[in-house]
Amino acid sequence: MNALLSTAISGLVLMFVGLFVKNRQSIKYFAIAALLVAFVANLFDVAWIIHHKQGYTAYEHMITVSLFTTVFNAVILGSTLVYYLLSGSEFEKVGENVAEYFALQFFILAGIMLATSFSNLLILFLAIEIMSIPQYILAGSDKHNLKSNEASLKYFLMGSFSTGILLMGIVLIYGGSGSFDLEHLGIGAMALSPLTLVGILLMVFAMSFKVSAAPFHFWTPDVYDGSPTVFTAFMATVVKAGGFVAFIRLFQIAFKGGIVSPQWELVLEVITAATLIIGNITAVYQQSVKRMLSYSSIAQAGFMLFALLSFNMRAEQGILLYAAAYSLATIGAFSVLLKMNDYTFDGFNGLARKEPLLAFGMTICLFSLAGIPLTAGFFAKYFVLAAAVQQGGMLWLVIIAIVCAAISVYYYFKVIIAMYFKAGDPEVATPSNAYKTMLVITVALVILLGIFPNLLLKWL
Amino acid sequence: MLTVLLILIPLLAGVITFGLKGAGPKILALLSSIATLGVALVALFQFRANPAATHVSAQWIPQLKANFEVGLDGMAAMLCLLTALAFVLVFVSIFSREYERSASFYGLMLLSQAGLTGVFVAADAMLFYVFWELALIPVYFLCSMWGGERRIPVTFKFFVYTFIGSLFMLVGIIYLYLHAGSFGYQDFIKGAAGLSASDQNWLFWLFFVAFAIKMPIFPLHTWQPDTYEQSPTPVTMILSGVMVKMGLFGVLRWLLPVLPHAAAGWADLVMILSIIGIVYASCIAIVQSDLKRMIAYSSIAHIGLMSAAIFAHNETSLQGVMVQMFNHGINIIGLWIIVDVIEQRLGIRNMKELGGIASKAPKIAIFLVVIALANVALPLTNGFIGEFLMFSGVFQVNVWFMAVAGLGIILSAVYMLNMIQRVIFGESNAVTSNVTDLTAGETFSLTLIVLLIVYLGVYPKPLLELVQGSSQAVLAAFGR
Repeated sequence: MNALLSTAISGLVLMFVGLFVKNRQSIKYFAIAALLVAFVANLFDVAWIIHHKQGYTAYEHMITVSLFTTVFNAVILGSTLVYYLLSGSEFEKVGENVAEYFALQFFILAGIMLATSFSNLLILFLAIEIMSIPQYILAGSDKHNLKSNEASLKYFLMGSFSTGILLMGIVLIYGGSGSFDLEHLGIGAMALSPLTLVGILLMVFAMSFKVSAAPFHFWTPDVYDGSPTVFTAFMATVVKAGGFVAFIRLFQIAFKGGIVSPQWELVLEVITAATLIIGNITAVYQQSVKRMLSYSSIAQAGFMLFALLSFNMRAEQGILLYAAAYSLATIGAFSVLLKMNDYTFDGFNGLARKEPLLAFGMTICLFSLAGIPLTAGFFAKYFVLAAAVQQGGMLWLVIIAIVCAAISVYYYFKVIIAMYFKAGDPEVATPSNAYKTMLVITVALVILLGIFPNLLLKWL
Repeated sequence: MLTVLLILIPLLAGVITFGLKGAGPKILALLSSIATLGVALVALFQFRANPAATHVSAQWIPQLKANFEVGLDGMAAMLCLLTALAFVLVFVSIFSREYERSASFYGLMLLSQAGLTGVFVAADAMLFYVFWELALIPVYFLCSMWGGERRIPVTFKFFVYTFIGSLFMLVGIIYLYLHAGSFGYQDFIKGAAGLSASDQNWLFWLFFVAFAIKMPIFPLHTWQPDTYEQSPTPVTMILSGVMVKMGLFGVLRWLLPVLPHAAAGWADLVMILSIIGIVYASCIAIVQSDLKRMIAYSSIAHIGLMSAAIFAHNETSLQGVMVQMFNHGINIIGLWIIVDVIEQRLGIRNMKELGGIASKAPKIAIFLVVIALANVALPLTNGFIGEFLMFSGVFQVNVWFMAVAGLGIILSAVYMLNMIQRVIFGESNAVTSNVTDLTAGETFSLTLIVLLIVYLGVYPKPLLELVQGSSQAVLAAFGR
């Protein structure tokens, strides 16, 4: 709650800061300060919940703040902080309206905070919209770039469609159960009426769109590719993790009774398999690292979907760790990409000789995305897969995931091969010392979480 | 604590090495490897006096009940010693050489040493898996950065192969963990005992594929000759001397005792594959003209015999395998050192272009002959005792298996003696007449190897005693 209010107010304030503060660097520092305030505010919530050993509800049971909510918020705010420190200076290169970009991102954060704590379908709808609309604008923020305009329009149209479908799903579930309240939907306690089942399926489709799961992923590469890279990094990480947590909350709470409709589960299993296969295989054929990372984000969504399919504690731990590992690694990888002039694989040739630190940072981030042990990505993948194995009946899907993880090694390592083993003279912006320090810290966090995932999990 | 030091010394030294310049990396690498060897020797004595004292356990990820649990048994102590010794031999023999970006080279070598040692001492499946990968990744970079012309695709193939194997193993580990309740070695054994026969059967393959790729066993061997050929020779020494033992060790530690019934059920199939590998690889070794490729194929044949003997699972064969793991490691590193010397001096590895080295560089010739004969398992060399035990173990299971596998001995004599003939005897030519003899470092390494070959060939008792407990522990899982 505190974090939600804090981010929302900071967003509003930032909109006006742009009017009075002309020094863009100061705006960045203001945003970082606001983020720290939100982080501290969130810590108060964590402390309160730990002290009282229970969460609380607010606004007529519209919002439920649990320990998971607050820990997840901390991960989101922490990732955003890393993102600002690594890439905050790049905002200036996109356009004039730096303060507005930060403000929009704070609104997105507020949407995510809402998504981590909703307990009513209407709040879910609000949360999703608050997360989405600023993204449509950010995608088109490079106004003079046609690709950016196209990305924005595409994203907006597709996003609106999916919102419509989400709303339709909510309506049907309301029709079937007579309630908007997540706790009282009762869809896990009895056999489903056809109306509710259709409602659930529509919601699955809409949410799959939001988290770019196949076959609802087709917008992702174009939008990620067309958007200014610095905003792609945010969309593909923090926002996506937020979408997932809404997805998971929805089903884990609504299906609490334990009866899960096989039709619904099968659809989600097929979506997971398709996401893994399509995401990974198409990533192999990409010529640009940015597009490869876009497809890889689809592939990673496939892994996160495992947490959705498993109704156990391990899934909750898994998605938390996944959100942290994936966000940190992708933010790190994108921050290196931002320094490059040429986004093709060949553009990375010989980077290890020219900028060894950038190449090293990129390598560790890619290791983490590929799920190599001793990086955070390994335990993230481990937890979600273990949750699925524990759930039972999904071993075929786990095997597909394993094969896909092996495929992912191919395209992630293409970058590493280019950086370390091929000769070239890449055009790269000279990184500042502050940036270098921050990259080292990010890499250290990725490794630290890879050796001691407990550092994060112990809070749950 | 000594067990932890075995991992910690190369790990820390490796990390520090990345930041050093000039001759710093190679000096630190050598010092660290000597220190590790010292610790390995002390740990060996500690194990003999009180095995429990080598055991260290600390909490790691409580949510998963995964612990940092390491300890030694006879086999682990022997393999730690082999690893430590191998790195000293490698670092001594290449000491006079300059490597481009030497900080990274030595740093990665040391990290892989830490990973390898970790694999041999881990008593927790999650820890085992993490070390398994830690050993692999530095080697990938070493081969890709300092290897031959085709190094990038070749090493990538090697990496993908082993990574896929590891992932299958990971699924197996997850599944077993859910039945065992923790990653502890003993819990794994107990947990697996409660599984149905069909579960055990497919779990067996998840683990076996990972280990078989690493060894490698026919038909999963295709990455190996290319990788050995393209890797820089110091890395090939580690790959063939120590890293293939990870696969054998995995089967002995994590497969046979954990899934004994499935292992017994599939034993014939695995033995047949292994024996096909022996004959097939030996035949190919005969027609090779590249020295590195020939030794690579000979290694497949030797590993094939070890794998067949493992699945014969009787005490004779298991003891044979364990001592042979050590002896094969020593011998093959010796062979690689000589190949490396020849390649560095003359710039060629093609046997057709070699010849007459004996007259110009007698030391090279003497060492090559002794080590090659040990590799053929001549009596009174260290290779003999292991091969003898393995063959008699296989013989107890199936005479035909032994008879066909026995062809490997004859074939190995053919290619090894042929190699000696073509490389060191005969007429010297324009290239080989310029060869210079061994440097002090190389002589030291090879002398150490030859002393071990003769000592263990004449008096293998200490080695056999060391691994006796381990082989009995494996057999206990079969109720024998």
